[in-house]
Amino acid sequence: MSAISEEVVDSASIAAASTKRKSLWALALRNPAVIFGGVILLVMLAIAILAPYLGTVDPTRIDPASRNKNPGTEITYRLDDGSTAKRVVLMGTDSLGRDVYSRVLYGTRVSLMIGVAVAAISVAIGLVIGLVSGYIRWADGFIMRIMDGLMAIPGILLAIALVSIWRAGLITVIFAIVVPDVPRVVRLVRSVVLSVREEPYVEGAISVGTPTWTLMFRHILPNTIAPLIVQGTFIAAAAIITEAILSFLGIGIPPEIPSWGNIMAEGRTLFRVFPHNILYPGIFLALTVLAINIMGDGLRDTLDPKMSKKV
Amino acid sequence: MLDFIARRLVAIIPVLTVVAIFVFLMLRLTPGDPAAIIAGDNATSDQIDEIRRALGLDEPIWTQFLIWIGKVLQGNFGESFFFKKTVAELIAQRVEPTLALAVCTLIIAVITAVPLGVLAAYRHGSLLDRCVMGFSVLGFSVPVFVIGYILIYIFAIELGWLPVQGYIRIGVNFWGFLERMVLPSVTLAVIYVALIARITRASVLEVLNEDYIRTARAKGLTNRVVLMRHALRNAAVPILTVIGIGIALLISGAVVTESVYGLPGLGRLTVEAVLSRDFPTIQAVILLFSVVYVLINLVIDISYTLFDPRIRY
Repeated sequence: MSAISEEVVDSASIAAASTKRKSLWALALRNPAVIFGGVILLVMLAIAILAPYLGTVDPTRIDPASRNKNPGTEITYRLDDGSTAKRVVLMGTDSLGRDVYSRVLYGTRVSLMIGVAVAAISVAIGLVIGLVSGYIRWADGFIMRIMDGLMAIPGILLAIALVSIWRAGLITVIFAIVVPDVPRVVRLVRSVVLSVREEPYVEGAISVGTPTWTLMFRHILPNTIAPLIVQGTFIAAAAIITEAILSFLGIGIPPEIPSWGNIMAEGRTLFRVFPHNILYPGIFLALTVLAINIMGDGLRDTLDPKMSKKV
Repeated sequence: MLDFIARRLVAIIPVLTVVAIFVFLMLRLTPGDPAAIIAGDNATSDQIDEIRRALGLDEPIWTQFLIWIGKVLQGNFGESFFFKKTVAELIAQRVEPTLALAVCTLIIAVITAVPLGVLAAYRHGSLLDRCVMGFSVLGFSVPVFVIGYILIYIFAIELGWLPVQGYIRIGVNFWGFLERMVLPSVTLAVIYVALIARITRASVLEVLNEDYIRTARAKGLTNRVVLMRHALRNAAVPILTVIGIGIALLISGAVVTESVYGLPGLGRLTVEAVLSRDFPTIQAVILLFSVVYVLINLVIDISYTLFDPRIRY
């Protein structure tokens, strides 16, 4: 008897949840903000993937003969076989003669990768800790005190501290940006778990003897997906900016990797004469982050109407 | 009320303890001998031994923590071997520019963001509203240093109205000080204005739907009185909260802004300390900023009663 009723409760709630989710997704994809942001992001993604085919040269190639050229200048450069060729540098060159256009395009790869990686890792870690904290009462107090403590350290300072411990590298920078984001995800997941736990259908599932794991994955986890996707987009946007800031300060990604932050860091000293080294990566960065933020706002309006009222 | 303040003060103890433990563990989590790390790259072995004795590194780790926290509570963060002074002296020297930057930014941000947010809510759906919302999304999307360089390029290089970089102490030359504060505080204020304007708009918009606003209008009160005395006052709590939370943005932004404008403040000190791996200084700055952040939010929590008498503790 109990097996049958469990079956009924579960399949009914899953069906309800999945149709609701499907229509919400369809609705989200029709939101103009989501479309606008999504299209810009797809263009950026295409640039990142197609970077080698968009008229770029090796972004790390140093060419002392054509240092600090203004955008649009024609330069002559030597090929590997000794012959020379001419080429117009669209965004100029930096103080080592590297092509800024190629560096900016390849930098798209680093920034998008950091955004996606930080969002995915912090959401994954935050989800696990948040589920545990919201569901296992004895662990809650301890976990939340640690999260409160981490949140008391301003984000970039915490990242700076972690980079100083671990030394700069791509992976350490990603984790240094992840750590300050985790407490925010944990709080979000925990609040969803706490409110869902009191819903009649969860109590119903408990009363028919649904095992804890099933309860978590089938009934509680789906409720966290929409707010987490919204949160994830904002984390990705902020992560791209944080990487740029860390690299700009000289404590981020190693300087040989062409990231937007690194290009701008190198452009600092000669900014008064050659502003293009900061201008072009800055435009790409702002456009990307803007696209993610606009998409996030659109997603929040459709997926998470409760939160959209608050902010 | 006093009871509430006491309870809130007690509640920040676990938060600050976690921060202190993290800051303490920073050095122990780094691979290598903490004494050698603190002493820096040019230390003699005598210096390293001295630090090892002072930190009690032969003791168990919790004793080390107690020794460390005991000194910190007395304002003794140790000695910066890179800058050749005690960390406390170093911080005292660097406080003024950061404090000045924070205060100027806060004033600029509140003076522009709150009226903008109120107007945007009042003219809901208008061009002004769209502009404010657009600006607030944009403000979150451009890194502080890019805004800084754009402003330097326009106002300092092209127009030549303001100096590019540098700092003059407030006591030395007040006008020179103000002149050099304008661009950094405007730069740092952008993201803060974006945040506060957005929340002000949302909270005022919600309050404008309340019955008492309709009543106030029906009484024949002018729009200004309705907006300022009735709407804004009732929307004050979320606005204050976000100003408090935004202090974290302000601190993070100060680190970058000070680097762009060459201000010799605590933010610049943080970066210099990380670049030279000067751990006592990094620890002190992080602890200091976190304590300030927590305390400001505590004060804001307490101040709610001033703005909203419905809140009683």
